[in-house]
Amino acid sequence: MNKELTIMERIAEASKSITTGVDEKDVKHWVTIHIMGRGYKVPADLTILTAIEYAGYKFIKGCGCRQGFCGACSTVYRSKGEYKLKTGMACQTRVEDGMYLVQIPFTPAEKPPYDINKEEYDVSTIFKFYPEVARCVSCNTCTKACPQDLEVMDYIQAIIRGDFELTANESFDCIQCGLCAIRCPSEIVQYNVAQLARRMYGRYNSPEPKNLIDRLKEIKEGKFNKEMEKITSLSRKELEKLYAEREREADEPIESAEAD
Amino acid sequence: MSRKKFPFYPGCTLKTKAENFERSGLAVTRALNLELIEPERWNCCGTVFSLTDDDLIHHVAPIRDLIRIEEMNKNGIVDESRVVVFCSMCYNTLKRANLRVKENDEDLEKINNLMYREDDYKKSIEVIHLMQLLQEIGFDKIKEKVKKPLTNLNVAPYYGCMLLRPKEVGIDDPEDPVIQDELIMAMGANPIDYPYKKVCCGSYQTVHEKEAVAGLTYDILTNAQNEGADVVITSCPLCAFNLDNRQKEVKKTHPEFREMPILYFTQLMAIAFDLDEKTYGFDLNYIDPKPILKSKNLL
Repeated sequence: MNKELTIMERIAEASKSITTGVDEKDVKHWVTIHIMGRGYKVPADLTILTAIEYAGYKFIKGCGCRQGFCGACSTVYRSKGEYKLKTGMACQTRVEDGMYLVQIPFTPAEKPPYDINKEEYDVSTIFKFYPEVARCVSCNTCTKACPQDLEVMDYIQAIIRGDFELTANESFDCIQCGLCAIRCPSEIVQYNVAQLARRMYGRYNSPEPKNLIDRLKEIKEGKFNKEMEKITSLSRKELEKLYAEREREADEPIESAEAD
Repeated sequence: MSRKKFPFYPGCTLKTKAENFERSGLAVTRALNLELIEPERWNCCGTVFSLTDDDLIHHVAPIRDLIRIEEMNKNGIVDESRVVVFCSMCYNTLKRANLRVKENDEDLEKINNLMYREDDYKKSIEVIHLMQLLQEIGFDKIKEKVKKPLTNLNVAPYYGCMLLRPKEVGIDDPEDPVIQDELIMAMGANPIDYPYKKVCCGSYQTVHEKEAVAGLTYDILTNAQNEGADVVITSCPLCAFNLDNRQKEVKKTHPEFREMPILYFTQLMAIAFDLDEKTYGFDLNYIDPKPILKSKNLL
């Protein structure tokens, strides 16, 4: 039966474990990992994420892009015979024999609402919403926990002295996995602090783009109203035709792009 | 002659509320042919030196800063292993943490173990206050740089706690300090001697006990005024904040109180050296120092 899938079915399809159906005799190397204290034999070449699925768990939270970009699958683990608590993204970290691990699907952290246009572009705004940043003891535990290898402590220290630019730049690649905040002995929520700092830096320290301002003015003045009305009144068929026949820029040949 | 390059630790407050201290201080040291270089990466000094015996985590911050200074030396960015500090609080915290690890290898090892990509601290750094550097250059040399002597200006030096106590890190005699008096004389002004110059300003009590700090501010400033002071100088942003901003609360309980400006010593030096007015930074002073300075023909 060729029935159209519902959205939920499509999501379930897309997030199906890729290890389902592996035949045990086809796997040469095995490791034992401990998920929340229970041991499982899994193929050695899996990531933590796929190994957990191989063990039979189904993710309904704490799993996202599977590409190391979204920050959803934070893991905390200890390697065999090591005292250090390690952190990483489950989709980017390979299993190790004898490791103990648990997933951290969510970091409990308050995120105060603010109107960026009403706040002062000053360090006092950071202290108003996140006063705990002043508790930083520069232990650097956040930096050690960061799977993106960011200098987390440096950017927290930078915002304490009002350096929005350094904080914005140093935290730019943050994927908000929350591992810094979970490890911080001073209970700072670094990724939320950095987000506020980046927003303020963007709002108050970047020049307003002229073309955007001009276009917004044109929209307000109703320059495109007529065309919008025309498009919204079309049928699905007419719209598809219009889309297929739309004017578009030709793809740049690679040579000419290089010649530039 | 090329300028001698010193590492310079600014501290967080010099980047925000006490930006006028940094601006005037760097202008003055430049006029004295010194180049002060800020580390590329640094963190808060720890603010207050922890007195709890086993509280090593609070010494990680200052030692990490000293490691950054060692890195500057290793990379040939500076000519000196002595780091110059302006802020009295930072000076006190960095210097005491340095002393503690220099005298206690076990503490240092534990702190080094907490570091990440940094090299171990090798104990090669000395922490000095800007005022000590000025003393070393010589107050007679500073006098030579004075283009506009601060004649007839009565200046009360305020030391507070952090420059003098404990005596292992004090820059002068904790009972009878004179270093600021000598600097004031070199600038051509009159130093005012008054008993309250080394009394605590109330420090961080200013957050929860405004009135108590206002009481201390009243005592210290009226004591200086009774000896004829026009202005007070300090090198501590927290003392400056308390003595300057808390005058607002003093006015409420003592309406007869005459408000007076609180300056960083470097602001007065910038005037005496006749440097660009932009380096004075009076916009960040709560009580405007311009009227009294104008009345003495200094602006």
